Formats: sequence, structure tokens, C-alpha cells
Amino acid sequence: MSIRERLSGNEAIAYAMKQINPDVMGAFPITPSTEIPQYFSAYVDNGEVDTEFIAVESEHSAMSTCIGAEAAGCRAISATSSCGLCYMTEMLYVAASDRLPITLAVSCRALSGPININNDHSDAMGVRDAGWIMLFAETNQEAYDNYLQAMRIGEAVSLPIMICQDGFITSHAIENIELEDTAQVRKFVGEYHPEHALLGRENPMAVGAYATPTYYIESKRLQAQAMLDAKQVILDVAAEFKKWTGRSYDLIEKYQMDDAEEAIVIIGSSAGTAKETVNEMRAQGHKVGLIKIRAFRPFPGAEITAALKNVKAYAVMDKADSFNGHCGPLFAEVAAAAMVAGVTTPKVINYIYGLGGRDVRVESIAHVFTELENIAKTGNVGETYRYLDVRE
Amino acid sequence: MTFNFKEEVKKEDRFCGGHRMCAGCGAPITIKNVLKALNPEDKAVICSATSCLEVSTFMYPYTSWKDSFIHNAFENAGATISGVETAYRALKKRGKLDATYKFIAFGGDGGTYDIGFQSLSGAMERGHDMVYVCYDNEAYMNTGIQRSSSTPHFADTTTTPAGTVIPGKQQRKKDLTQIIAAHNVAYVAQTTFIGNLSDLSTKAHKAIYTPGAAFLNVMSPCPRGWRYPSEDILKVTKAAVETCVWPLFEVIDGKWVLNYEPTKKLPVTEYLKMQGRFAHMFKAGNEWMLEAAQKEVDRNWQELLIRCGR
Amino acid sequence: MSTQRAKDMDENVTWKNITPGCNIFEGGSSEMVNTGDWRTMKPVFHADKCKQCMLCVPVCPDMSIPVTADGKRGDFNYFFCKGCGICSKACPFGAIEMIKEEK
Repeated sequence: MSIRERLSGNEAIAYAMKQINPDVMGAFPITPSTEIPQYFSAYVDNGEVDTEFIAVESEHSAMSTCIGAEAAGCRAISATSSCGLCYMTEMLYVAASDRLPITLAVSCRALSGPININNDHSDAMGVRDAGWIMLFAETNQEAYDNYLQAMRIGEAVSLPIMICQDGFITSHAIENIELEDTAQVRKFVGEYHPEHALLGRENPMAVGAYATPTYYIESKRLQAQAMLDAKQVILDVAAEFKKWTGRSYDLIEKYQMDDAEEAIVIIGSSAGTAKETVNEMRAQGHKVGLIKIRAFRPFPGAEITAALKNVKAYAVMDKADSFNGHCGPLFAEVAAAAMVAGVTTPKVINYIYGLGGRDVRVESIAHVFTELENIAKTGNVGETYRYLDVRE
Repeated sequence: MTFNFKEEVKKEDRFCGGHRMCAGCGAPITIKNVLKALNPEDKAVICSATSCLEVSTFMYPYTSWKDSFIHNAFENAGATISGVETAYRALKKRGKLDATYKFIAFGGDGGTYDIGFQSLSGAMERGHDMVYVCYDNEAYMNTGIQRSSSTPHFADTTTTPAGTVIPGKQQRKKDLTQIIAAHNVAYVAQTTFIGNLSDLSTKAHKAIYTPGAAFLNVMSPCPRGWRYPSEDILKVTKAAVETCVWPLFEVIDGKWVLNYEPTKKLPVTEYLKMQGRFAHMFKAGNEWMLEAAQKEVDRNWQELLIRCGR
Repeated sequence: MSTQRAKDMDENVTWKNITPGCNIFEGGSSEMVNTGDWRTMKPVFHADKCKQCMLCVPVCPDMSIPVTADGKRGDFNYFFCKGCGICSKACPFGAIEMIKEEK
């Protein structure tokens, strides 16, 4: 029986952490995720959890302590944003390759420079090749629900998992939310009992080998398999979650896509804004729709392209740029998936938007759909690499 | 604990042969004797920073560690072992673990004085129940003998070559043992290989069994980087101690204790002349370097004597 | 699921059979490695000169001087010994002589 509450995204994550009561948390503050270790520290110091909290001296050390603790056989968690995520990047790769299912909450924020504390996806996109499972939330409800599912997913395939939400936009805004009963949460999440660990096993374990060319690529192929296997696990856990809470989750969410002629592919809170645009434009007879990506890693290329195959034109919305002179990171992945699936009929453009917290309005998305309609009508794509809402 | 050498040598090695360290390397001598200081009934988790030690003792699929071992990266042995130690406390608290474990991190001077400094400082400051052992060979040996902040003044390394214009490392060696002592940790000690290694063994035992954070700085010569015949390692460490280049002392809960004062303090040249990395200091016209080196040793020694209440 | 052994992780191991994360689930697997192969010089133990002072034992970097249960040093374990010569200099009684390794 869900409990109705009003929480910010950060609070919701911290509350989920409390309900799970993991063994170890190693965290360092950074805007806008700071509140997560703060709320959690209050839980620790008031005896509401018995997690061991390590107030580390940097984000790199935060992930290092998580690696040590998870390898030791414990559930280890952390939270960060932006430069902090960037600083621990070296460790993210190690966590994934050591096959340690650490859980990391990310309140996404722009990377420096210039230094900016507001939301975009450059931090998360910057670590997309580290080998982590990555789920993105549109709302605080999704952030909470993704977090409850995280450990079941990560532990099933022995890969670390990142639960991302938009910094300030959902992390700090208070919305209605349905929370679950703690005993039920613990039943769903279960306990972590890895077969091998540094502590408490019949045999010792050695982690972090130096692997010569004789072994490295085999190890990586095995790691790649885990990411391939994660797709089905995400679906299975979502099915179980739906049975428990009634709330549905998938790899992507298709909104008004059945007969859409123009569509956008988008991640995060701006999907909420975009849904509003879709509703308004549908009311005026425009056949528009959107695809929101929940699981960015593993990338649901087949599912996205299947949903896009009948549209006339679509835009991939990138809240980060790759500065490669032709497209953002999400565009590159969608385009690759489209090529693999042979979905090459629709016209496609890329919008870089919302960088450094630039507000995304209903009108902004409406502009995108208008452009797509023109492209669909004239067949003239124009520039594919575009920036949205930049003062000219 | 009274050190009983005859009993100590009978203990089973927890660090085993088949590792790829160079013939005559000082690091394995440090490691094996530190690990022998563990009580046999206690388990341990060892962490090593990326270093000669790590790549040579865990080259897949060969581990030279009989205990659980974790390597993470170059700069975070302190943080990594903090995580393992915290996991241990969490499991113990929750009644999920019976055995007693000790936590020992090893790092070379690179991974301790320089790139690993931050995470070492954090680990020490937080007071985890652990020992951090620096096997100090005074340069980044694993990548080919580049200078570290532990490299002595004037030493020839590949990034401070004794050139015609700049004659070796221009900075003095950083005093890391003093810096860690300033972290108010339970136990800090400086040691090396003397006699039957009782100094190293007793300090290792104290470090492991004093609750809280402990730090050991162990001079561990590198025959390749220091350029001396590998069989002479004990001559080198003895000279380091007799010239007061590497004094043996402890800081026990903030109190400085000098463990050894040479009856006859030898001139620093007795130490420097043994090693190829200092050979240029003996060239005609470079006497000023030898004088400067002696002055620095004397100054450091005087300051240490004062701190130790001598 | 049976535990994967280090000795099975040879140069033919397939990606499906390699240990996840290149982790190893046992201690001391390097004891399979014959570093004695490296030697150019070799220590010879003259038992008649040995006073069993044991000063050579702690300074051997390769754990090549075995100590029996009754606390006596035995002959060298040449499987690991790299011939560094530290033991010969540590011995105060000339009981260890370095000679050229003949292959």
C-alpha cells in the first residue's frame, strides 16, 4: 500500500537509501547532489539506519571506498554530480571491470567550464563508456522507483548502476510522490550475498589484477556480455516491480507514438515539458509524439528505432554536446541504432539544448516540432547539428 | 609484545615466492616481514597501490598474496583500504562476520607521498583501524625511475638527470613521516632493514595491533634505481641509519621516541658513495653538493633530537 | 557453480571461462611460477659453516630459505631464488657462497 508524500528528488533518493539500509556509504558533497549525503547522515546519526558512512575527502575516494567495500562483500552506495562524477571517472571504469554492483545516485549537472551548477547531461554522458548501467528519471517518482530497482538489476549481472535525475529541476523541486512500505522495499531488494568476496569466505580473493594482452580482451568480452544480459534483467525487475507497486517501467517510454509523424527522442525532466507540448499540439491536430529513454545503458537501440520507423521526421534532443563538430552523444547512438536497424527513411536532426540549466519551455519543444513538420513537408533537412534557444 | 626472533622466523610466510620483483628488491623484504607481524590466527586484507609491488605480485592469474588482496589504482590505496575496513565494521556490527581481520595498505613513495597523498591523508584523518606501509624507494621506480617528492636532494633520476646545467633533483626530500604524525594518528614509525629486522618487525606488530590508524615508512632500497650491487642492500640501509639520513623513530599517540642514536654518526658521504644515483656529487667542483647534503642531514637530525626530547 | 582455479587461466582460456573481472579466488597462485629461471648467480649453502643464526631468512626477497618446524634453516628453494646475493652478505659465517649459475 503506497504512502502519498511530497518530496524533492534528492529527498526521495535519500529516503530510498534509508529504506534499503545498505552496509556502507562513501560520499563527498557537490551541488546539487549534496543533500543526499546530508539527509543520509542525519539518518545515520539518529540511528534510523545502521549504514557505515565514510565522509571521504574527494569523489575519487568516494568511489574508491565503494569499490573496497563492495569487493569486501557489502552493498556500497554513493551520490554525486558534475565535476565529482568526472573526478571519479577512473574509478567508474574500475568498478565496472571489477564487476562490482555499486549503486550511484547522480543529480545531473553541467561540467565545467565555465563552472555552472545547473542541470544538463554532460556529466552523465561523459561517463557513458565506463561500463555502468544507467537509468534516467523524468520525475522524483521515477528517481525513487529506479533506485528501488537498482540493486536488483546491478547485482543480477554484477555491474554497477547509476540512477540519474536532473539536478535542481527534480532534485530540489518538491512533487507528489508515492512511497512504498519499508518492509516491502527490503523484501523486494533482498540481501546481497556475492559468491566471492575479500572478507568472510572460505578462500581469499584477489581483485584488481594486472592483465597482459593475453587476457585483457577476454575479460572485456565477458564484461560486455553482462551489459547485453542487463537489458532483459531491467525488464524482468520492472515486471516484478509492477506486480508489487502497480507502476510500470520499461527501457523507453513511448508517448503518443502510435500514429506520430514527427517525434523527438529525449531524456530526463524535459520529457515532462515535452509531453505538455505534445498534448497542446495534438489538441491542434498535429501528429506529434515523443520517446523518452529510461535505460540509456544498455542502449535500447532496437526499441527506439522500432518506435521511430514510421515517423516522417524526428529530432534527437541532446542535453550535452560532444563537440565533435557534427552531433551530440545521444544523436550518435540513435543514428547508429537506426543504421543497424535499417530505419533510414525518416529525416533526422539533432538539437543541443538546455546546457548549463538553460530553461526548456513548452514553446522550445513546440519550435522543434514545427521545424520537424517543415522538414517532413519540404524534405529539406537543413542543418542537422543545431542548438536550441541560444541568443543569436 | 616482546620480539622473539627465533619464533618469528618459524612463522609461515603470507607473502610467497613466484613474484616478479627484481632480484634483490627491497620491497618484498618489507612486505614479507610486515605480514609476518600478523598473528597467525588473524586474517588480513592487503591493498596495494599501482606500483612495482602490485604489477609484480598480482600479474593475472598469479597472486603472491596468501590473504585477500585488492588493487584499485595508483592514488587510492588509502581510500580503498578504508572502504574494506569500513565494510568489515559494517559486517561485524550486523553479525555477519566472525573472523578477525586486519587491514594493511602498501604503497611505494609515488603512491604515498605524491599521487596517493590525498587519499592517504583522508584515511589517516578519519582514523580507520588500518596500517599504511610505504615501501620508500625514493622514486617512481615502476615507470622507470622518475623523481618523486621522496627523492633525496641531488639524486639522479630520469626526470632529474644529473646534467651539465641542472645537477639532479633540486628539492629536498619531503618529510612524510612527520606530516602523517601531524594527523594525530595512533602510531607512526620510520624504519628499515637492520640486523635481524627486529626494528621493522616490532614496529609492524605495533602498527597492526594499535587500534586506529597507523603509518609505517620503510626505506626499501631499489638496486636498479639507486645503482648499487643487489647483494649490498643491508650495507645501504645500515649506512642510511648510521649517517642519520634515515633515523629510526616512532610517534606513539603524539609522543616522539627516538629508537636509535648512533654512537658515532658517520658523514653522509659514507652513504652517498655507495650509490650510483649520487656519483656525480663526488666529481671535482661538486663539493658544495656534499656540504649541502651534510648540512641538511645535520639540521633534520637536530630537529628530530629536539622533538624526541634528547 | 564450481570455483574457477588460477591454474586453468592459461593462454587458451576463452572469454566465457575467464574469471569475471580477472579476479582470482585463491591465495598464493604465484607459487606455480619458476622465478629461479632468472638466475645468473646461485647461492650454495655450506651447512658445515652455518651456525643457524637465521639472519639470512628475513632478508630473502623470494622466500627461498625454508625454515623447518624445529626452527632450522634448510637448503635453498631454488624454484624461486633469483640469485640476488643478499643472503650471502647477510651471513656472518661465510656459510653462503655465490657461484655462477650453470644452465
